[in-house]
Amino acid sequence: MKRRTTAGFIVFVILALVASACGKSGGANKDLSGEIKADGSSTVYPIAQAVAEEFGKDAPNVKISVGESGTGGGFKKFCNAETDISDASRPIKDEEKTACSGKSIEYVELKVALDGLSIVVNPSSTFVTCLTTAELKKIWDPGSKIKNWKDVRAGFPDKPLTLYGPGTDSGTFDYFTEQINGKQDASRADYTSSEDDNTLVTGVAGDEDALGYFGFGYYDLNKTKLKIVGVDSGTGCVTPSKETINSGTYKPLSRPLFIYVKKTSIARPEVKAYIDFFLDNVSSLVASVGFVALHDDDLQAAKQTWTTAKA
Amino acid sequence: MTSLTARRRRTGERVIKGALLACGVVAIAATVGIILSLAGETISFFRTVPILKFLTGREWAPTFDPARFGFLPLLTATLIVSGIAAVVAFPLGLGTAIYLSEFASSRVRKIVKPTLEVLAGIPTVVFGYFALLFVTPSLLQHLVPGVKVFNGLSAGIVVGIMILPLVASISEDAMRAVPMSLREAAFGLGSTKRVVARKVVVPAALSGIGAAFILGLSRAIGETMIVAIAAGQQPNLTADPRLGMETMTTYIVKTSLGDTPAGTIAYKTIFALGTTLFVMTLILNFFSQRFIRRFREQYE
Amino acid sequence: MRALVFRLALLLCVCVGLLTLATLLIDVFRDGIGRVSVDFVTNLDSRIPARAGIKPALVGTLWLMGLVILIAFPVGVGAAIYLEEFAPDNRFTRFIELNVTNLAGVPSVVYGLLGLAVFVRFMHMGRSILAGAFTLALLILPVIVVASREALRAVPDSIRQGALAVGATEWQTVWHQTLPAALPGALTGVILGLSRAIGEAAPLITLGALTYLNFVPKGPLDQFTAMPIQIFNWVSRAQPGYQQAAAAGIILLLVVLLAMNIVAILLRNRFERRW
Repeated sequence: MKRRTTAGFIVFVILALVASACGKSGGANKDLSGEIKADGSSTVYPIAQAVAEEFGKDAPNVKISVGESGTGGGFKKFCNAETDISDASRPIKDEEKTACSGKSIEYVELKVALDGLSIVVNPSSTFVTCLTTAELKKIWDPGSKIKNWKDVRAGFPDKPLTLYGPGTDSGTFDYFTEQINGKQDASRADYTSSEDDNTLVTGVAGDEDALGYFGFGYYDLNKTKLKIVGVDSGTGCVTPSKETINSGTYKPLSRPLFIYVKKTSIARPEVKAYIDFFLDNVSSLVASVGFVALHDDDLQAAKQTWTTAKA
Repeated sequence: MTSLTARRRRTGERVIKGALLACGVVAIAATVGIILSLAGETISFFRTVPILKFLTGREWAPTFDPARFGFLPLLTATLIVSGIAAVVAFPLGLGTAIYLSEFASSRVRKIVKPTLEVLAGIPTVVFGYFALLFVTPSLLQHLVPGVKVFNGLSAGIVVGIMILPLVASISEDAMRAVPMSLREAAFGLGSTKRVVARKVVVPAALSGIGAAFILGLSRAIGETMIVAIAAGQQPNLTADPRLGMETMTTYIVKTSLGDTPAGTIAYKTIFALGTTLFVMTLILNFFSQRFIRRFREQYE
Repeated sequence: MRALVFRLALLLCVCVGLLTLATLLIDVFRDGIGRVSVDFVTNLDSRIPARAGIKPALVGTLWLMGLVILIAFPVGVGAAIYLEEFAPDNRFTRFIELNVTNLAGVPSVVYGLLGLAVFVRFMHMGRSILAGAFTLALLILPVIVVASREALRAVPDSIRQGALAVGATEWQTVWHQTLPAALPGALTGVILGLSRAIGEAAPLITLGALTYLNFVPKGPLDQFTAMPIQIFNWVSRAQPGYQQAAAAGIILLLVVLLAMNIVAILLRNRFERRW
C-alpha cells in the first residue's frame, strides 16, 4: 500500500512537471518568440518581475529574464550591450552616459512608477505627526549631532533619538540626501543602516526611540507596527499615501523609477510588444508590489516618448 | 622495474603526469586571473587615493561627500570577526574531531559526521539571518550587556559555527589517518584514551589539523553574507565587538550589488579592498605554511 | 575523573554544532513546511506570494551542481595527486600549494568578478550556467585539494612501495592503490565543497545570474537563476508571504544537498579503511 502511494505520488509529480512545461495557451501575443533581457535596480525588480509575469501569460514563447545587479551594475551591463532593458531607481549618471556613448548605445529613458520615501517612527512616539523638511535636514545633516528628540523641535519630550536608514550605496539614500540635505550622499554617518528594508522595519518597530526612512511599500505592509510621519515642505503637512504620492502633493520625497530601453532592441517585435504592454499595464500592477502609479500626465508623457522612439 | 612494453607505458605515464600538473596549474591560473581582474582598477584607485592615506586613515566613507578612504575601520572589523570565529571554531572543531576519531563508536561517527556536514551546507544568507534574528536578540542581549542590533560578536560566533564542520571534518580525517600502531604502542605502555589523543594522535596529525585551521581561518576572513547581515554596514573603528561594524567583504558585496555607478572612485574601492584581502590572506598563508612545514619535519 | 571531564568537554563540542543545526532546522521547518507542495516546485516566481514557485531556480541549481562536480572533482583531486605524489619538493611546488590555500580566503564576490571577466566575457560563455559552474568550481577547489592532499598523505608509504616493488608504474600505483585508499578524504572535500557551492548567491549575481526567469534552462549555455538567489530575493521582499516561501525554498535546498551528500557518503563509507 505504501509503495503504491509513493509511486503514484512520483508519477503525479512528473506529470505535473510535464504538464506545466507544455500546455501554454497565451493571449494576443502568443505568436511572438525571442528573448528579452532586463537587469538593474533591486528596488525596481518587483515591478519588472510583475510585468514580466503577466506578459509571459500573454506571450508564453518569449523568454524573459530579470536580474538584480543593482542600478550601477545594471547600467554597466546595459552599456556593454549585454541587456535590452535597464531598471533604475535613479536617472543615468554622467559616467554611465559616457560609457554608453563609448559603445554607441542609444537608449530611451522612460519613467514608469513612483516610490514614496516614508518617514516612520515607533508607535510609542505619539508626540510627532509631522516634520518639516528643515527639521529633517537638521536631523540628517552631515554635521548633525542631534541625539535627542527635544533638540528637533521645542516642545518635543526629552527622549533619545536613534536613527535608521538605507545603506549609503542605495538609490534611496542618494535621493533622500539630495532632496533633504541638498547634496547627494551628504548625510551624518552614525545611524543604523541596512540594505534590506525589512531589517529597518524590524529595527524601528522594536526601538521606542527610533526614526527611520524607507520605501512606502514597506511601511504600507507593516502599518500596524509603525507610525507614519507626514512631511511639510512649506505648503502644509502631507502624509504619504497612494493618492498623495501619485498626485505629487507628497513632496519632495516621491521619487520616480525608470526603465531604459536600448534603441537597437526596439527593432525586435517582442521588445516592442513588451514595452507597449509595460506602459499599458504598469499602473495597475504597481500597487500589488508596494509602489505607486505615475500621475496620468507623466504616464502620457512617457507613452509619448515611447511612441516617438518606436518610429 | 621496467617491462618489455616500457615505452608505450612511459609515454602514457608522461601524458597523465602532464594532465595532473595542468590541474595544479589551474590554481595558479585562478590566482593570476584574480590578480588580473583586480589589478587594473586597483592601480587606478591608488593613483587617486594615496596608499598611505588608505592604509592609515581612520574614516571610511567613499560614497559620502566629502569622500574619505581610510580602511582601518574595515580592517579592525575583519580582524575582530575572524578572530572571534577562530576562537569559536578551533577548539570546538578540534574537540569534535577528537571525539569522533578517538572516542565515538563507528555507528555514532557514521551519523554525526554527515550531520555536521549538513551544517556546512546551510546557505550563508540563512546563517546571517540566524545571527541577526536569533543569536543577537535571544542570546547575546540577555547574556552580554550593551550588545547592539548589529554587532561583530554575533557575526563572529556564527561565522565560527559555519566553519566548524570544515575544521572538524578535515582534522578528523587527519587524525583517523594516524596509524593504529602508534596508538597501540601508547596503550601498550598503559596510557588512557585521553593521553593517547592528546599526546600521540593530535601531534601526529598536526599538519592536517593545521591545514584545517588555516583553511577555516581563510574562509572566515573571506566570509561575506553573514557579516553583511549581522554585523551591519556602518564602518566603525573600534575594538568592541558588541558594536556594529563593517568588514571589507561587506563593503565589497554592498557596493558591487548596489547603485554605485561603475567607473567611479567609489566603485573602484571594491578592487582595492579585494587586493588588500588577497594580500592579507597571502601573508597569513605564507607564514602558516612555513610554520606547519617545520612541525611536519619532526613527526614524519 | 579527569578522563570523564575530558570526555564531557569533547561531547559538548559536538553538541554545539548539532544544537545549532537543530535550532536552524526547526526554525526553518516551522516557517516553511506548510508551503512545500507540488505547486511550489512547479510554479514560476510570482508577485503574489502565495503563488510563488521555485521551478527555474531548482532546475538551475541542479544543472549547476552537476557541472560543478564534473569540473571540480577531477581538477581538485588531480591537483592533489600531482602535489602529493609527483611534484618535486621545490619552490614551484610550494608556490602552487600557497596559491591553493590562499584561494580559500578570496571573498566569493571577487570570484564573481573573476568569473564575469574571464568566463562570461573573455571566453564568451555569456551569462550561462557554464560560466556559473566554472566560477563555483574555482570557489570550492581549495577545499577539495586540501582535503584530498591530507587524505593522500595519510596513505602509508608501505602501500606505494609494495605496488612499485611488484612492477607497477607510478601512475598505476596511484590509480589502483593510493587513490582508492585516499578516496574517503577526497569525498569529504567534495561534500564540503558542494555544500558551499549550493548556497552561494553573491558570486552568481555578480557574473550575471538572474533572479526572475519565465522559462526553465535547458542546456549549459542558457541563462539561469539558482535557489540561493531566489531565496535571498524573497527574504528581502516586503509582503510577509514571501518569508514562508523563502523558508520553503531553504527546505528544498537542503533536500537537494542531502541527496548529493548521501551519494557521496555512501561512496565514502564503502571505501573507508583504518590502518
